[in-house]
Amino acid sequence: MLTMKNKLLLLAASLATAVQVLGGSITIKGSDTMVVLAQKWAEAYMQKTPGAKVQVTGGGSGIGFAALQNGQTDLATASRPIKAKETENCIKSFGKRPTEYKVALDGITIYVNPVNTVTQLTVDELEGIYTGKIKNWKDVGGPDIPITVYSRENSSGTYEFFKEHVLKGKDFAASAQTQQGTAGVVQAVMKDKGGIGYGGVGYASGVNRLKIAKTKGGTYFEPSEEAVLAESYPLWRYLYIYVNPAVNTGEVSSLLKWIRSDEGQKLVSEASYYPLPASLRAK
Amino acid sequence: MSSSPRSDAPRTLSKSGMDWGSSLGTAVSLAATVFILLILFVILGNVVINGLPQLSWRFVSTIPKKDFFDKDSAAVLPMIIGTSIRVLVMTVFVIPIGVTTAVYLTEYARSNSWYTRVIRAAISNLAGVPSIVFGLFGAGFFVHLIGGGIDDMFGATSPKWGKPALIWASLTLAVMTLPVVIVATEESLRAITPGLREASLALGATKLQTILRIVLPNALPGILTGGILAVSRAAGEVAPILFTGAAYFLADLPRSLNDQFMDLGYHTYILASQAPNIEKARPILYGTVFVLLLLTFSLNAIAIFARARIRRRMRSGH
Amino acid sequence: MTEETPEQRGVDRDWSGIRRSANGRPLEWIAEKMIQGVSFTAIAGVFLIFLFVGKEAFPVILSQTDSRLIQPIIPASQMATTPPEVLQRYLGLSVREFKALDQETLKDLMQAREDGSKDIPEYARSDPDSGVNGSGWSYLLTPHQWSGYDRPQYIWQPVGNIQKFNIIPLFVGSLKTTLIGLFFAVPLALAAALYVSQLAPVRVKEWVKPGIEMLAGIPSVVVGAFALLVLATWLQSLFHYEVRLNAFVAGIALGFAVIPLVFSIAEDALTSVPKSYVQAALAVGASRWQAARDIVLPAAIPGVFAAVVLGFGRAIGETMIVLIVCSAPVMSWNLFDSARSITTTIAAEMGELVPGSPHYRILFMLGTILFAVTFLTNLLGDFVINRLKRRLEGKR
Repeated sequence: MLTMKNKLLLLAASLATAVQVLGGSITIKGSDTMVVLAQKWAEAYMQKTPGAKVQVTGGGSGIGFAALQNGQTDLATASRPIKAKETENCIKSFGKRPTEYKVALDGITIYVNPVNTVTQLTVDELEGIYTGKIKNWKDVGGPDIPITVYSRENSSGTYEFFKEHVLKGKDFAASAQTQQGTAGVVQAVMKDKGGIGYGGVGYASGVNRLKIAKTKGGTYFEPSEEAVLAESYPLWRYLYIYVNPAVNTGEVSSLLKWIRSDEGQKLVSEASYYPLPASLRAK
Repeated sequence: MSSSPRSDAPRTLSKSGMDWGSSLGTAVSLAATVFILLILFVILGNVVINGLPQLSWRFVSTIPKKDFFDKDSAAVLPMIIGTSIRVLVMTVFVIPIGVTTAVYLTEYARSNSWYTRVIRAAISNLAGVPSIVFGLFGAGFFVHLIGGGIDDMFGATSPKWGKPALIWASLTLAVMTLPVVIVATEESLRAITPGLREASLALGATKLQTILRIVLPNALPGILTGGILAVSRAAGEVAPILFTGAAYFLADLPRSLNDQFMDLGYHTYILASQAPNIEKARPILYGTVFVLLLLTFSLNAIAIFARARIRRRMRSGH
Repeated sequence: MTEETPEQRGVDRDWSGIRRSANGRPLEWIAEKMIQGVSFTAIAGVFLIFLFVGKEAFPVILSQTDSRLIQPIIPASQMATTPPEVLQRYLGLSVREFKALDQETLKDLMQAREDGSKDIPEYARSDPDSGVNGSGWSYLLTPHQWSGYDRPQYIWQPVGNIQKFNIIPLFVGSLKTTLIGLFFAVPLALAAALYVSQLAPVRVKEWVKPGIEMLAGIPSVVVGAFALLVLATWLQSLFHYEVRLNAFVAGIALGFAVIPLVFSIAEDALTSVPKSYVQAALAVGASRWQAARDIVLPAAIPGVFAAVVLGFGRAIGETMIVLIVCSAPVMSWNLFDSARSITTTIAAEMGELVPGSPHYRILFMLGTILFAVTFLTNLLGDFVINRLKRRLEGKR
């Protein structure tokens, strides 16, 4: 027969296990671009590892870094590298720089309307179009249709990437039409004969994807997996996960390793991003 | 106003029975009324026609485990639960505080003293503050100051409360809807005939006893109406919860007050703006909007119906 | 039966003169104090809001923020020779934080700052504007000729190496959408209020009023989604403008949200005009419409004004509709261009920010301004309504 004391002990023990289970849950927070991908990783990992619990939330890369700094999340996902100021905040709060892991590649695709005869552009021509210097498709070898420029809202990581890497820090033309989300851009370009837009690879349905060359006279490349991996397609970026080195042990560490393994990288293609080249994967 | 309407009025009055100007004026104002109602019916009709076919038992009763932009895996159970819980927690806070404040204002405070007037002005201003400002306030006050303070007090190594959470979103909404409850309660307290209070006092009851046993029970329907109106307003609000607790995606239902939650309104915004393919997401968006409208409208309808009944009863009571 | 309201009899002043004090009943006394306490806390909330939103904005208001791209750097190698006070200020630490960090962490912190400045791409470093602090007041409010532009311009481009924080385009965006909304909503709502309060049969009234209140009950995110999916297409095919989503669509959708508010305040004001006015007009042969237009409307005109003012406050504070429909911060008064309102900017950009950065503080400052503007419009609206009511009830 169980005595009162034993019952209490049993209760305490079950409480302790409950706490342990809770403590074992890993949280991933950050980039909205990567929520779907992170969710895929979480599901597959939980299925593979009984007892593991992984929670995913979005909010934005900045939110992810703020949460990492405060210890609110174990892993922070980001579609851009950490900023110096954010690194400083992390050092102030936990004394170390967060460890950076590249976890996938993303190619930025340029969309045009299907009736447009232009099939390729150089990065400089793109810059001209997006800063408003080139105003008609005939200036880049296309039909005589005025160009309508579609862009993302300025809080998106894609916007920031495009601004720094294509426009080299210059501002978008004042006439650029801002759309919420890549889908809005695709939708608008689909309906606009003179439209041009940019966004992630997974989205291009109903529009044409342009081939891009680094310079005039260079080779034009499709945003395909091979071209991005060989770094010959000029518009691509890494997707990252950051972690506080102090918590990068045990389950967290094995999750990170699994994400960068062949098995984890298989899910990257399913989410319409490009998997890491073999040299960057975890062994 | 010195230019009293009475003095200019006769100038425009005509004696003839048939008066085109009047008919036209009446017709135009009637048309405006009809147009406004038309707006209502077009929005509702559009949502019902496109949203109703999307509803299925699976849609409202499963947790989307995968891609919620995809028709086959999209579902809204966690959002329904998230919205309901945040509104419920809000009610637990806002009703007692709001009713107490209203009791103080109508039964205790001197109605014409300067501080009562300041308080009234503050309350009606609170009602007009944009909801996004409440969001900023909630993030600064509840999440960082109160939540962070709790963590500091218990020396938590990782924030348990100093982060966006269900409780902070609910409290932010409670502050936002406070004026609705106060004003509705005040109205129903004032509507109670003074005779009731006097009778109670005359029988020897104290003021507090009178309030608790006589005034409040009689004002209950009005208080409930205010509460329901507050709830239905809060249910559809998105801006205040953006930074205080709503999550883009969670695989689990919230388990405790310091968890984040998914929300019907926020989810509507995500579907409208972030979907990879607008055409594919459109039916899901309509389905979600339909569920959200169903929730807020059934609450609204109850409130409007209840108030109409109370008013009728009060009118007949006179 | 008397016509007196409870107020007039002074009931809520001191309960018809009956005072039964709580003295000698400690429970009663405690309860009363608690009631008082709770209600004061509720009221303190209003001031807390202003305090907390304003607090984060304070450094911007005092021009203490610095968004320059090129900041002076103290190399980590010079740490030993730098006085601690200078070091503490340079790293932006409080005295307590500074003391809590060990030498190694401090060095790492300095190194991080140094690395950060090295990561700045060359094109940005050589930009003539790399030393401009865009979060200063003159840059916030007046146009500046940024490199690459041929004339001074108002630009809100907070993302990128060189941050441009001119808030004027956001004000233009807010005003543009709000005014479109009001121009659409006010005439409709007033006409309907006049009809419902003066002309409609009671039966019709009982159906119309809940209907318009239902419109108020539609969450703004739903109105926004409706505008995005349906209204934008309709308006485009009706007016044949080029860009599908623009300030005009957002404004009309805002109008949907404002109509019920303007209607209910105006209707309330019109109804509070004493019946005797109308009866007098009808007695001398006026039609109902004439009585409504020439007697009731002029008498209630302050109430109508208040309705417009409060409608303005509601529209300028609306977030989700404009956020869903359009969001480019364009400096243009053209109704068919995009627009980004103040509220939208806060909602869309907050998530990506480093807390405490100039951009973060500027968003809080926008929130403070928004709070102040709506506070003033509400105060004005309430004041006007109260005066009107007192006058109409014959209390001067």
